[in-house]
Amino acid sequence: MSADVPRHDTRLDRFVDSYAARTHGMKVSAVRALFAVANRPEIVSLAGGMPNIHDLPLGDIASNVAEMILTNGAKVMQYGSGQGEPRIREQICDVMALEGISAHPDDVMISAGSQQGLDLVTRIFCDPGDVVLAESPSYVGAIGTFLSYQAEVVHVAGDDCGIDPDALRETVARLEAAGRRIKFLYTIPNYNNPSGITQPWERRVEVLGVCRELGILVVEDNPYGLLSLDADPVPAMRSVDSDVIYLGSFSKTFAPGFRVGWVLAPHAVREKLVLAQESATLCPPVFSQFAISTYLEHSDWQGQIDAFRTMYRTRRDAMLKALADHMPPGTSWTHPIGGFFVWVTLPEGIDAQAMLPRGVDARVAFVPGAAFFADGQGARNARLSYCFPPAERIIIGVERFADVVRNELDVLDIFGVRAPTKHPQAAGPGAETY
Amino acid sequence: MTVIVISGGLSHERDVSLRSGRRVTQALRSRGHQVVETDVGTDLVPLVRSTKDPVVIPMLHGGLGEDGALREVLGLLGVPFVGPTGAASRLTFDKSIATRVVANAGLSVTRQVALPHDIFRELGAPALMQAIGDQIGYPLMVKPSRSGSALGALKVADQESLATALVGAYAYGPVAVVERFIEGTELAVTVLEGDNGLRALPPVEIRPTSGIYDYEARYTAGATRFVTPAELPPETLRAAQELAVAAHEALGLRHLSRTDMVVAADGTPIFLEGNVAPGMTETSLAPLAFEAAGMELGEVFSSLVERARGDR
Repeated sequence: MSADVPRHDTRLDRFVDSYAARTHGMKVSAVRALFAVANRPEIVSLAGGMPNIHDLPLGDIASNVAEMILTNGAKVMQYGSGQGEPRIREQICDVMALEGISAHPDDVMISAGSQQGLDLVTRIFCDPGDVVLAESPSYVGAIGTFLSYQAEVVHVAGDDCGIDPDALRETVARLEAAGRRIKFLYTIPNYNNPSGITQPWERRVEVLGVCRELGILVVEDNPYGLLSLDADPVPAMRSVDSDVIYLGSFSKTFAPGFRVGWVLAPHAVREKLVLAQESATLCPPVFSQFAISTYLEHSDWQGQIDAFRTMYRTRRDAMLKALADHMPPGTSWTHPIGGFFVWVTLPEGIDAQAMLPRGVDARVAFVPGAAFFADGQGARNARLSYCFPPAERIIIGVERFADVVRNELDVLDIFGVRAPTKHPQAAGPGAETY
Repeated sequence: MTVIVISGGLSHERDVSLRSGRRVTQALRSRGHQVVETDVGTDLVPLVRSTKDPVVIPMLHGGLGEDGALREVLGLLGVPFVGPTGAASRLTFDKSIATRVVANAGLSVTRQVALPHDIFRELGAPALMQAIGDQIGYPLMVKPSRSGSALGALKVADQESLATALVGAYAYGPVAVVERFIEGTELAVTVLEGDNGLRALPPVEIRPTSGIYDYEARYTAGATRFVTPAELPPETLRAAQELAVAAHEALGLRHLSRTDMVVAADGTPIFLEGNVAPGMTETSLAPLAFEAAGMELGEVFSSLVERARGDR
């Protein structure tokens, strides 16, 4: 090597030593990269949580939005209120009334999807090292938000009815004895993402009782609440406890592209959320708020939700039947009564994340269960979603998934590996796990 | 002339491939080339056939991009393309075969065994794993024989972890290679074909901050320190470059390749694997070597496109 070549020493990021500590956990991952193939038409993706919005009345929406721009364009494309536009906040109160919530528009704040609402709630409550309690398993996007604020996520054990009140009490006692500061309990009581389970009303009351007794704030995330597939929705926790912070969304009942969600919070909390919102975005998307407001005003949105429910019911039924028809012995799964997801517990020894490349080769995508835990649990689990592919594709996808599991079991049997992971036990709800 | 950059595909490295393809496309366009960027699909052959004076850059990592299949098709169509032929790609992409070919050329390789999972069934996994430990020794590396970006590769410290590592590698394909882990300095040496023959570019030394150059360390900007040329004595750098050129020739490669190697404690560079479609992402190794050699990405690919046309 000639000595005249100057030596170049680089980490390919000039700012690598400047990032905040909370950024250090933000890394590329092989699992994430494997999902790059999930959008290809050859792949049956049972991974994503995208709602199927093909059946929306697009022509009506287009003409209503066009009319909105022509008559009110200067306003809908202008900056707006940090709290959100008054009219849509009134309409949101009507939406929440369907789940038993009585609220005043003044206590509603609009957010850019409920994900941003959750971000703002975490921002105003969590310091580094604080604890957020969450279900076992819990929504991956929420876990990511909590971790980005350097909070620690502690999962509370549950059963087929959701959070176990005794486990909640024990967890709080243990953490408080260790001097930890618990900021809130994050829960998705309706058709949980990823488990698909629903907390019955009695369980909600029990959990609320424990939280009230122990002084734990409850954050109720309810994006799927109106998408019940078998019965009327269970009333929201917020319907009986006005201290609950409630997150709502139009992403699943209308369309996610508008990025409009909301937070219903006690007055003092709401004031801080609005200040946080103003520092984050000045105001939530005004155009989207007016567009949704117009939709709620002029379209049969409840009829559309009924149509969605019928469509998702068909898909859910197709998935459950296909699972029953094809999965090998030792597999169990939840039976959601609403929402988008089934939580699968795989035969002992399987690590769903290690199995994912086999799924890509077999042209089926799923989400390994470990993504839904902050502590390494969930290796034996996978989340399957039935929201996006049509029923016939779901059946093909489950057939492929079953083959993938069988082939993985075959290799495990060769090596006699029955518990290769740090957390070999199944995690989360579903038959056989409790 | 129209350059067709193919990226994406259905391999485990689709994401990396798309990023490589995007960068090469931009680099060529900035030099005035007419470039079409496309994915692998049923419209690919009609696109190639209907394009006037095409030159293809298969910027595909893993799968049919590196296993030779797509290059065989391009050869069949008589379309010039950048990079090795189908046969050479096929041979190089399979680590077990490539290592044997390189060893037969008298070059240093690590001790390696390639095993399909069925052999463990036939012979019994415990006995075979015991034999692997006895003969190769720990720590050792387990890798899928046909995969890239360190996907499915794991350093194994003891017998207890071997089965899990093998299961992980077999998720990427039916054959795994098990090889002795060599402690040393990790290098990547890019070989470029020019008018004056093969030229080995300055070796890039890889120092992952986590200690392991896995997928995360490869594609997270800031997660790895790269030193070019490597901080090694001049004679060691020369030996590394000679190894890369010799491996390129032994494997029958053309235009561009990257050889990954480790320099052992005694200063000997040892071949680990060859790459027929080196990554061109923002954190990839070959672009660092181009930069150290005073070349820009667009300049390199412009010249390779011309070379491919000449090789038709």
